[in-house]
Amino acid sequence: MPRVDVVVLPKEEVLDPQGLAVLHALHSLGFTEVKQCRIGKVVRLEIEGGPERVEEMAKALLANPVTEDFAIVVKSGEEK
Amino acid sequence: MRFSIVVFPGSNCDRDCAYVLGTVLKQDVSFVFHKEKKLPATDCVILPGGFSYGDYLRSGAIARFSPIMEDIARFAKSGGLVLGICNGFQIMLEASLLPGAMRINKNGRFICRDVFIRVENPNTALTQLCGLEDRRVLKIPIAHREGNYFAPPDILEEMKKNGQIIFRYCDRQGTVTDEANPNGSLESIAGISNKEKNCFGMMPHPERASESLLGSQDGALLFRSLITYLSGQHF
Repeated sequence: MPRVDVVVLPKEEVLDPQGLAVLHALHSLGFTEVKQCRIGKVVRLEIEGGPERVEEMAKALLANPVTEDFAIVVKSGEEK
Repeated sequence: MRFSIVVFPGSNCDRDCAYVLGTVLKQDVSFVFHKEKKLPATDCVILPGGFSYGDYLRSGAIARFSPIMEDIARFAKSGGLVLGICNGFQIMLEASLLPGAMRINKNGRFICRDVFIRVENPNTALTQLCGLEDRRVLKIPIAHREGNYFAPPDILEEMKKNGQIIFRYCDRQGTVTDEANPNGSLESIAGISNKEKNCFGMMPHPERASESLLGSQDGALLFRSLITYLSGQHF
């Protein structure tokens, strides 16, 4: 069955307290090359038929257009 | 007056609201389960606080698709009074009954404590008694992790122009400062209304501040405002 990942991230201009906290933690562990860290979520869907309506799903429910951007990543059905 | 309190799976302030409106303020109160398709005959709908659907995905994101929400949208559109408290506010934002969105608190934590809020617009159904009784600074508790209000600049401007910013976090004296803003909300916003001023959302819990025994009766002032408004004693 085709698998689709919807990646939801806070918009650039929206403060992301979780991302900031993790950025600071990475820096304190010595990973100073990290310049930005934003935390979102992945919604993994298994879909019968095509992924044509995933964008509609993302706009209706999976992401909040006021604060979040989303990207749709379609994967093959064979992956485990 | 007839108040309808909507019960979602995970609502946990519904009984508190019913106690204050029914027992303390002697109003008619009915619970409306989220699966209902129609509201009973009612004067005001309360969307109570809690963690509807476990706050899964985003606070309020799933509750806004509950069957009852369609009739609440109709009720709101026809001018009916709707008040969303905390999670109820989040649900109203997700349902586009109010503008903007909530982010996680600036410090990333759940915050549960008393705060002071300043009444920014005393000419509404929710706040008219604050003006009439000259009580512009209210002490009411908050309890949330996603109460960091956000609206895009153009929307915010429009809200300011229309007097839709109803409450701002402030200090005891009523001064709005960054220190008095508990969650990082844009411009210290604690409560808003829609353009028509019949839909209200606020993060503080007025039902937890409606008896002197609980340390503040400032929340009851807001419910009494709604009752006065509905009784026809408009400002």
